[in-house]
Amino acid sequence: MSMLSNSTALLGKELRTEFRSRELLTTTGVFILVVVVLFSFTFDPSSAESRRFAASLLWLAFLFAASLMLQPCFLREQNNDTLSALRLSVGDPFAIFAAKLAANTLFLLLTELVMLPVFSILFNVPVLRVFGQLVLVLFLGSLGISIAGTALSAISAQARMRELLLPVLLLPLLAPVLAACTVVTVRLLEPTPFIAWKGVGFLVIFDLVFLTLLWLFGEYLLEE
Amino acid sequence: MTKHALGIAAVVFLLAAAAYGSFFVAPTDVRQGLIYRILFLHVSSAWTGLTAFFICFVANLMYVWRRAPRWDWLGVSAAEVGLAFTTVVLVTGPIWAHPVWGMWWTWDARLTSTFVLWLLYVSYLLLRTLVEEPDRRALFSALFGVFAFLDVPLVFGSIRWWRTQHPQPVVMGEPGSGLDPTMWKVLRFSWLAMLCLMTLLLLARYRLEAMRGDLEIVRREAEAA
Repeated sequence: MSMLSNSTALLGKELRTEFRSRELLTTTGVFILVVVVLFSFTFDPSSAESRRFAASLLWLAFLFAASLMLQPCFLREQNNDTLSALRLSVGDPFAIFAAKLAANTLFLLLTELVMLPVFSILFNVPVLRVFGQLVLVLFLGSLGISIAGTALSAISAQARMRELLLPVLLLPLLAPVLAACTVVTVRLLEPTPFIAWKGVGFLVIFDLVFLTLLWLFGEYLLEE
Repeated sequence: MTKHALGIAAVVFLLAAAAYGSFFVAPTDVRQGLIYRILFLHVSSAWTGLTAFFICFVANLMYVWRRAPRWDWLGVSAAEVGLAFTTVVLVTGPIWAHPVWGMWWTWDARLTSTFVLWLLYVSYLLLRTLVEEPDRRALFSALFGVFAFLDVPLVFGSIRWWRTQHPQPVVMGEPGSGLDPTMWKVLRFSWLAMLCLMTLLLLARYRLEAMRGDLEIVRREAEAA
């Protein structure tokens, strides 16, 4: 089978498993909601001044949620001892990563899209007029988070203190993504919105660099 | 032993000469006065730290390719030494910034990215303590090291993207930026001295790691027997 058909089959498996229980999506969504509500306890979210921080808060909530959501990415294989079987049945190990990161990007994007209107109402920021551009940033950001996160969760799954280790490894690595996503989103939420193409380009470069790294080194991450 | 002592003596001499150059040879800055002299320690440590991280990156790549333990030993040694120099940068930075900018720390892109760089290598060392099996520890930390190092240009690129308070880069900076020629000479000499110090520390740390590696092999053989 070609790499593409392998990836599609694996992606189908990931999606089926998740949509049967929807555990990951529900828990991540609730987690983001909890973080957003907790933010409102630390300052007055309705003031014009604090609206300027809305984008930063949103991305921080997404990033923290992602660092927890990506945790169980390789845990099922680890617990059931099926990683070797999976590796043997798939010619190119990158197919495994491609499927996992596509599923993670999709889950993350879905949660973000569900949370966006809630966030817009709670923090009084208009998102509808820039919805298309926002989806672009959300997609590029989620892709970057998923690529790095999928790679590192393969590492942390085999370490002690894995729940704590993944955020510690992942969050500093994602600092440039957080910065770029926030800058672009802040511009989109301004009274006269515009898209910061430099930021979008930066995100594309980040995604490409880490995708290439995953393609080059992915097989070593799955060694047993 | 004599070789060892000679090496240490040479590095101490070079560092003393660099300190002399920084205080007495380089002219005083017109605007900043005496405090600017910390530049020779701050900038040379920053460049040396980056050199150590580059060595770590090469060692990590070589480990993934060759799987020889010596590349793992070199990787961890370079990461620790690089971390030490970057810590010097993070400590001398605020000492310089306080009289010049009027504050100890500012969250501008370059300061923040140095901090992120520091955190990445702290995470690298942390990862090593949390993976038990030596081969797996070496491979995983090597891969994380490669990711972390390649993240650096992305963080670094943000210097020019976001306007920052930190002075624009002198090396490969905008036209018109630059140091007085004597300051340049002293800075380059300070860097050379720091590089020698780095090599000395790296060799000592490598020897220690090699001994640990050998000990681990002996222990595993003893357990297997």
